[in-house]
Amino acid sequence: MSETETLPAAGSAPATAPLLSVRNLRVEFPTRRGTLVALDDVSFDIHPGEVLGVVGESGAGKSMTGAAIIGLLEPPGRIAAGSISLAGKRIDNLPYEQMRRIRGREIGAIFQDPLTTLNPLYTVGRQLVETITTHLPVGPAEARRRAIEWLELVGIPAAAQRVDSYPHEFSGGMRQRVVIALALCAEPKLVVADEPTTALDVSIQAQVIALLKRLAREKGTAMMLVTHDMGVIAETADRVAVMYAGRIIEIGAVRSVVKEAAHPYTAGLMGSIPPISHRVERLEQIDGAMPRLSAIPPGCPYNPRCPRVFDKCLTLRPELLDAGATRAACWLYDPK
Amino acid sequence: MKNFFDSDLWWSFTRSPVTMISAVTAFVCIAGAVLAPLLAPHNPFDLASLQLMDAFKPPAWTGEGDATYPLGTDDQGRDVLSAIMYGARVSLLVGFCAVLFSTTLGVALGLLAGYLGGRVDAVLMRIADIQLTFPSILVALLVDGVVRAALPRDVHDQIAIFVVIFAIGISNWPQFARTVRGSTLVERNKEYVQAARVIGLSPLRIMRSHVLPNVLGPVLVIATLNLGFAILAEATLSFLGVGVPPTQPSLGTLIRIGNDFLFSGEWWITIFPGVALIVMVLSVNLLGDWLRDALNPKLR
Amino acid sequence: MFAFIVSRILQALPVMLTVSLISFAMFAYVGDPVAIMLGQDFTEAQRQALVQQLGLDQPFFVQFATFLGNAVQGEFGLSYRLSRPVAELIAERAPATLELALCAAFIALAVGVPMGVYTGLYRHSWLSRFFLTFSLIGVSLPTFLIGILLILTFSVWLGWLPSFGRGDVARLGWWSTGFLSWSGIKALILPAITLGLFQLTLIMRLVRSEMLEVLRTDYIKFARARGLPNRMVHFGHALKNTLVPVITIAGLQLGAIIAFAIVTETVFQWPGMGLLFIQSVGAADIPVMAAYLMLIAAVFVTINLIVDLLYYAVDPRLRIGRGGGH
Repeated sequence: MSETETLPAAGSAPATAPLLSVRNLRVEFPTRRGTLVALDDVSFDIHPGEVLGVVGESGAGKSMTGAAIIGLLEPPGRIAAGSISLAGKRIDNLPYEQMRRIRGREIGAIFQDPLTTLNPLYTVGRQLVETITTHLPVGPAEARRRAIEWLELVGIPAAAQRVDSYPHEFSGGMRQRVVIALALCAEPKLVVADEPTTALDVSIQAQVIALLKRLAREKGTAMMLVTHDMGVIAETADRVAVMYAGRIIEIGAVRSVVKEAAHPYTAGLMGSIPPISHRVERLEQIDGAMPRLSAIPPGCPYNPRCPRVFDKCLTLRPELLDAGATRAACWLYDPK
Repeated sequence: MKNFFDSDLWWSFTRSPVTMISAVTAFVCIAGAVLAPLLAPHNPFDLASLQLMDAFKPPAWTGEGDATYPLGTDDQGRDVLSAIMYGARVSLLVGFCAVLFSTTLGVALGLLAGYLGGRVDAVLMRIADIQLTFPSILVALLVDGVVRAALPRDVHDQIAIFVVIFAIGISNWPQFARTVRGSTLVERNKEYVQAARVIGLSPLRIMRSHVLPNVLGPVLVIATLNLGFAILAEATLSFLGVGVPPTQPSLGTLIRIGNDFLFSGEWWITIFPGVALIVMVLSVNLLGDWLRDALNPKLR
Repeated sequence: MFAFIVSRILQALPVMLTVSLISFAMFAYVGDPVAIMLGQDFTEAQRQALVQQLGLDQPFFVQFATFLGNAVQGEFGLSYRLSRPVAELIAERAPATLELALCAAFIALAVGVPMGVYTGLYRHSWLSRFFLTFSLIGVSLPTFLIGILLILTFSVWLGWLPSFGRGDVARLGWWSTGFLSWSGIKALILPAITLGLFQLTLIMRLVRSEMLEVLRTDYIKFARARGLPNRMVHFGHALKNTLVPVITIAGLQLGAIIAFAIVTETVFQWPGMGLLFIQSVGAADIPVMAAYLMLIAAVFVTINLIVDLLYYAVDPRLRIGRGGGH
């Protein structure tokens, strides 16, 4: 991927037409104590074959962004403003049936916990076959052949036999491989992977990430990889978006974000990761906690915790601004 | 106690018109029953005031009716409205006492089983399991039948109402015991209870002050839902003729008596007590349903 | 499979034993069977003879063993009230109760499950609200009132259907059936609806809440995320997962139907076991009560076994112990 960021579009990206384009996305949750804004003014692009990492603390809106893209926000959550386009076509306002045809076929999804993502009462083969025949014009025999092929592809040993096994007969790591096969078996152009390794043993996480990365490269699938693990991002993603309190506060090429984080929050986040190159006596930590959605402060949402806060941060909300190698929502980079 | 009367509960109450209506209805039913001697137009059990000439009067609005008997009269010339109010008294009394009994028994045994564990737990829960295999109305019927067989008839008639309370109460304790045992097991292993043990508080005291408050929410819900059931169970037993004695007729007894006149066209003698029973139970059940939903996060 | 059935039967044994112990205790200690059976006038010698004949002078365990042995052979002695063998009385009335219970169960399942699925899927439609209101009234209506209301409407006012009895019954060996005559079928309609309505509302509410629960699970969300059509998600994935709890409760409900038949049979003067039982409770006829209790326990244990077997068929997690993959 290109290292030099030239395009002025949010988050700067290679100069091809974006596969997925999210613009000013706002997701609201009406509650009894007023409307919560879960996502506010979120904009980013994902280009064909690109891996975009999305990081942030829990509740920052990472998973919500993924859910909005696949059109499965939990009610009463709803898209209140903005747009989501896939290959130039808006998909955020499609009727259910049209969006359903896109899910699985154009946008695959991988969920967090493989233990609960598979229907316990059906064999993995049946679940693969039903997905394939739903989206692709193939008969049951061909679908079954492809199901076995996919199981082999994701590294299930003795796939031809295991295709008739039930989910509970697989270990957690193996089940997540099955989930990956299910997400990719109709050959979507984009995969939204929501914390695909969080629920797995540490020893298995690396294998599953490597598998995802390899399959995405081989099939040319773009990926939105949601995680709170910066290590995974650094290893897998081309670009990364950092989310905080429902907003993207920094976006840019992985290297730039890791090495030259512009936003004080990102910098803090990077400081909390142990570097491999040398030993440090003490990892940094960010004081305080992310505000609850019901109590986001005016101005920059990070202002209560920010070590470099000044007057403007308390009243005005920063847009994404050019900040050297990345774009950051921080008044420090205000050209004026 | 304080935490389940917090604002959330009140909020969901004020947001649900059905709940508010049923609360008012339940209140009216209870008030009408409790204050029956003051409010009822007649005393249906004062034999001196009964006029056989007034028997089988239809409801007041039918034309042949009599304004002094708004809902008509029965075969003895008793005012149906007054009989309903007095009958509801008996129904509610039996219902409340039966629920109180099963709650006390169930909570006590549930705490015991959950806290002590081991053999006590195994035996108690096995009994509960076996009893739960049978519908509680059947258990109540059996208990009632056995007590009836064990006691001489005159003694039985005197204490019949307590027998019914006992029979209905005993048929429902396992539900409470199971819930309380479950919550107790969870609480028992929490650190503050462990700590209370370490500093040497007596088990009784730990249960009362630490475990009990945490299981009260679910118990309250089950008790409310059970009140409706207990009232129905009493009505069913009385309808079957094995409930409260005919000298203290409950709503079920009234329906049973009226049932004999259904075919001769005097429908009001049985239908009005029936409607009263439905309204009462429905409002209690609606309240229970609402309470369960409002406290749901605590139940699951 | 075989081992599974055996283990379930072994689990059922303690239940049956406990129930027989209760039955026996009722039989032996409640009231004075000797005095009841002898009536007003008897000599001491007669009393002694009867005590010996009934084995009441034997030690407890011998008596209990005799009781069990007799019970297994369907021998429960004579009814105090009718002075006829209890087994005979029950056998005479069992077909009426079973036919009624089966029809009621059929109504409850055939109507309750679709209503539950519908209200679970379309939570906010007006039809769902109507069904829910209906079900709430259903659980608040005591069975006997439903019966009375139906009699008032269809027998007294409209005069369409009979209000009591079984109509003409045909005998097939020892079994008597009302299915073969028009009047028998007509007589069955009101009692079956009365008995089925309460269970119908319960099953509907159960299916609904299970459906809501399952629709929230990750695998349903994932099925949607895979783009499966709603039809497949709802009826393939969701409904099948609700079946496991529904089978359990429906099984228990079938047992409850037989017990609740007591009330329905009283209202409709239906000549079944329930009517026999309630007459026995009223007359403190202990042998009949004890036998009925044992019979109901046996029915429940059998139903539980069937429920377990159905589980086994539905849920693969029970079928296969532990596959490889670790």
